[in-house]
Amino acid sequence: MKYLLLIYTSETDEVKRFPSPADGEAVMAEYFAYTQAIQKSGKFAGGEALQPTAIATTVRVRDGKTQTTDGPFAETKEQLGGYYMVDAKDLDEAIAWAARIPGARWGSVEVRPIMEMTMPGQ
Amino acid sequence: MLDVSPQPDAAARAREAAAVAFSSEGGRILAGLVRACGDLDLAQDALQESLAVAIEHWPLDGVPVNPAAWLTTAARRRAIDRIRRDQRFAAKLAALGALLEQEEGLPDRPAEDGAVADDRLRLIFTCCHPALAPEARVALTLRALCGLTTAEVARAFLVEETTMAQRIVRAKRKIRDARIPYRVPAHEDLADRLDSVLTVVYLIFNACYSAASGDQLVRRDLASEAIRLGRLLVELLPGEPEAGGLLALMLLHHARRDARADDAGDLVLLDDQDRSRWHADEVAEGIALVDAALRRGRAGPYQVQAAIAAVHMEARTPAATDWAQIAALYGILERMQPVPTVRLNHAVAVAISEGPLAGLELIDAIDAEGGLERYHLLSAARADLLRRLGRNVSAADAYRRAISLCENETERRYLARRLREVEAGEG
Repeated sequence: MKYLLLIYTSETDEVKRFPSPADGEAVMAEYFAYTQAIQKSGKFAGGEALQPTAIATTVRVRDGKTQTTDGPFAETKEQLGGYYMVDAKDLDEAIAWAARIPGARWGSVEVRPIMEMTMPGQ
Repeated sequence: MLDVSPQPDAAARAREAAAVAFSSEGGRILAGLVRACGDLDLAQDALQESLAVAIEHWPLDGVPVNPAAWLTTAARRRAIDRIRRDQRFAAKLAALGALLEQEEGLPDRPAEDGAVADDRLRLIFTCCHPALAPEARVALTLRALCGLTTAEVARAFLVEETTMAQRIVRAKRKIRDARIPYRVPAHEDLADRLDSVLTVVYLIFNACYSAASGDQLVRRDLASEAIRLGRLLVELLPGEPEAGGLLALMLLHHARRDARADDAGDLVLLDDQDRSRWHADEVAEGIALVDAALRRGRAGPYQVQAAIAAVHMEARTPAATDWAQIAALYGILERMQPVPTVRLNHAVAVAISEGPLAGLELIDAIDAEGGLERYHLLSAARADLLRRLGRNVSAADAYRRAISLCENETERRYLARRLREVEAGEG
């Protein structure tokens, strides 16, 4: 079964926590190592890092009209900064992979099972 | 004329045989079904239906030689029928396969003890999974492992039955949809996950003794259910001393049940209890268990708490209590769980064994760290030690503070009496 691991961290805290470019590189190196490990295990089903919410755009369609606003959908303390998709045999395995994500140490990782659906007509 | 309607006494006999088989073997049968089909809901429904079928058939056909085996087979067939009828048939093929395999591969009697025991252990770990809400873990465990009805669980915890039903349904849905595994955790996770299981068992036990009034009958049963679960864990996880520690702790508490309240139903403190009313066999079993657990050399909070209870209960009279040992044990517990109540208990035990001054120093240290300004027991303990040191003015201040923070009327009356004593001695 596939699980989406959503990585939430505070963008402002991260700036304070990792002030120098070297700090940032160290975090990136940890993420690369993690990505390699999960790919090697054969459980990797996708994953990306996101640009900060400062450059997000929120889109709504109301009465047939597209409305766009600058910024994230909601102002929250922690923001979605990236995700991995794992193909795990059960929740325990997904939790184990979530716990190894570097950001879990200063942010939170939400584990969401992917809904399994069959398309009509299939 | 052939009369096929069951005789009334045959019906009663059948009903009783079914009830006996269900209460003694229901948990095992359920656990086996869950293992095969991986769906707690389906397994419970199938077991319920098999019981209904038994009550219908046994008066006519006679009670089978092995009622539990009969129920197992009937429940398995019900589960298979249900899966076959299910519209999402394809998704459940795997479960069907496992059930059919059981159907063909196994003789119609309960599996060997080992395998059955493992099923129940898996079920405990599933019901107590940390990904479930704590109150749901308790409810699921009582439902699935102790066979309580949803209504009984609701009554025990003073929750509307519909609320409890929703809680259980939500938890079962999460087990299924998030795929919480039905297995004993791997060795490296066992300690963490066992913690969650032991917490649930202890919560069930404490619900029986908590002050909030629920249905008293159901609540009293909860202590026995918790002890039964504790025994199961000790039997199935012999290498885990904290399981033994928890069982010992529960037995030692429960052994005092008849001495804990006076005729008016008021609480009787440990020192004032009639020790001849303690259940001696349970005391002995608890002490033996905690000794055996501690000998493994991996002490944990349950073992230490049980050891403290054991030292109290080994004394023939309150005056004979080995307070030095209790103080030392609280010191160990404080390092494991540096929470206010434990730290305060440590200070009180030190005060009794080494004198009020030594206890007062510890209380001052707790106070200096702050955070307990509104905790009346801290002020009450300080007041008591100051009184014994003859520092009546400071003692009176501490009593006044304790009284202003205390919300329990009985305790407040006791503190007010002490306050008058020290006020009389002031100056």
